[in-house]
Amino acid sequence: MTEFFMSLGMTFEWAWAVATLVGILAISLIVMFSVAMVIYVDRKVLGAIMLRRGPNVVGPFGLLQSFADGLKVFLQETIIPSAANKGIFLLAPIITFTVALAAWAVIPFADGVVLADINVGLLYILAISSLGVYGVVMSGWASNSKYPFFSAMRAAAQMISYEVSIGFILVCVVLWSKSFNMTDIVMAQKGHGLGFVNGFFFNPLLFPIFVVFFICALAETARAPFDLTEAESELVAGYQTEYSSMSFALFWLGEYANILLMCSLCTLLFFGGWLPPVELGPLYYVPGIVWFLLKTFMFFLVFSWIWATVPRYRYDQLMRLGWKVFLPMSLVFVAVISSWLMATGHFGEQFAIIDWGQS
Amino acid sequence: MIETLAFYLFAGLVIAGGVMVIMSRNPVHSVLWLILAFFNAAGLMVLVGAEFIAMLLVIVYVGAVAVLFLFVVMMLDIDFAAMRAGFIKNFPLGIAIAVILLAELGLGLGAYGAGGIELGTADGTAAVRSDVSNIEAIGALLYGRYIILFEIAGIILLVAMIGAIVLTHREPKPGARGRQDIGKQISRRPEEATVMKNPEYGKGVEL
Repeated sequence: MTEFFMSLGMTFEWAWAVATLVGILAISLIVMFSVAMVIYVDRKVLGAIMLRRGPNVVGPFGLLQSFADGLKVFLQETIIPSAANKGIFLLAPIITFTVALAAWAVIPFADGVVLADINVGLLYILAISSLGVYGVVMSGWASNSKYPFFSAMRAAAQMISYEVSIGFILVCVVLWSKSFNMTDIVMAQKGHGLGFVNGFFFNPLLFPIFVVFFICALAETARAPFDLTEAESELVAGYQTEYSSMSFALFWLGEYANILLMCSLCTLLFFGGWLPPVELGPLYYVPGIVWFLLKTFMFFLVFSWIWATVPRYRYDQLMRLGWKVFLPMSLVFVAVISSWLMATGHFGEQFAIIDWGQS
Repeated sequence: MIETLAFYLFAGLVIAGGVMVIMSRNPVHSVLWLILAFFNAAGLMVLVGAEFIAMLLVIVYVGAVAVLFLFVVMMLDIDFAAMRAGFIKNFPLGIAIAVILLAELGLGLGAYGAGGIELGTADGTAAVRSDVSNIEAIGALLYGRYIILFEIAGIILLVAMIGAIVLTHREPKPGARGRQDIGKQISRRPEEATVMKNPEYGKGVEL
């Protein structure tokens, strides 16, 4: 896109800046629109599993329900509790929302369709997602109310615990794909399974950690069965209890943007991103972005399916699962996978590339 | 142009954040300003081309250390009067530290003016190499030349971790209800958990 703006007579720096801004706007708009549609899908799936209709009044098949809800919260009055810490109270939803959008900068939607193709892409996602906890903790503390505070404590502990396992799982993927760059990770999956299936999930060593990653993604985004932070039977509505109007909507949008991000990460890291499921000539005529969106949407359907099916965990069980099951398991897999790769000579001559000389 | 703007933005925010950490009255606000400072320091790292260090700074300091800070500070019940009393008592110590820091800063500036220290070997191997990404370069050094130091650091951290666990570990008191045994709970069947009785009218059940 930079070239296009340069052809309009701009210098490279300005063209780059304008192109980046346009890219940011485009990605935010697409993500926000997907979030609106995905909320509708979520409610429809939940309705179908509970044998009711779900939203069906606004627009054809209720398709415009999310936009109607958006309009409603927009017109509501913003209520700030008198005992709240005003600045932080208002800052918290903005942080949640911004952080949820910022991570999309390094997600490749198709070959080359990525805002920032940096070589530490995966680390960037890890860094940004570790910021997500601040929105929750700040909102819980600034509300100056007991239930939001309990919820914030729960959320912080939960997110930190599961981020550790996610980190180790990403190490496994990085070991196999030899890169932190998202595009390279996807390309490394081309023909990975028997030279025919595109995706790491087909690998018997990586499939178990994919399952762990998926469960960690549920916990990281505080979706059922790990939605302890919003457990309505214990904590009213969790950290969002005191929020209304747009600040509530920002939490809501940020939450779903995070869920979509986790779905797209599953796609990119284990299911071959924009590559078609199998290596077959005709399948490459379908644009890459269609495959990417289809796979992401499939994971989202699984997310809402799980929401409708599984009962909520107890908090001590959640912690036990994170620290005593997933952490040792992912650690063992890091050891097993790296020794397997060393034994099979996966890295080849790569160790000899950099010669720093003797000290 | 953009680099210069970004540098002044990040550097200004780091300094502003640092000042606000010590100026703000509320300790929670202090921690939040500290996080802002960390975050902008990471931005500065990106500007000098050390993107790996920048990401590690965010992941480790912002994502883990500062969250724990925030946790502890939020739970504290702070008595502002006691804090002021401490301020008078610790004033001389604080002044001493401030003077030392100022002297070091002056020394550093003087040394920089005198030309600074040349790092690296005589043949200039410490120069920036553009042919390797900085993850690869750091990896090659950590797991190559400095492997012993790296492993010693790892062992020290492991010992510290085990020490913390041993110090805080408590055996359950004898007589207290034991830990939950999930396997035992799941394997329990209705036949061994319930007894069917058909009591006569007006009479109780003997178990």
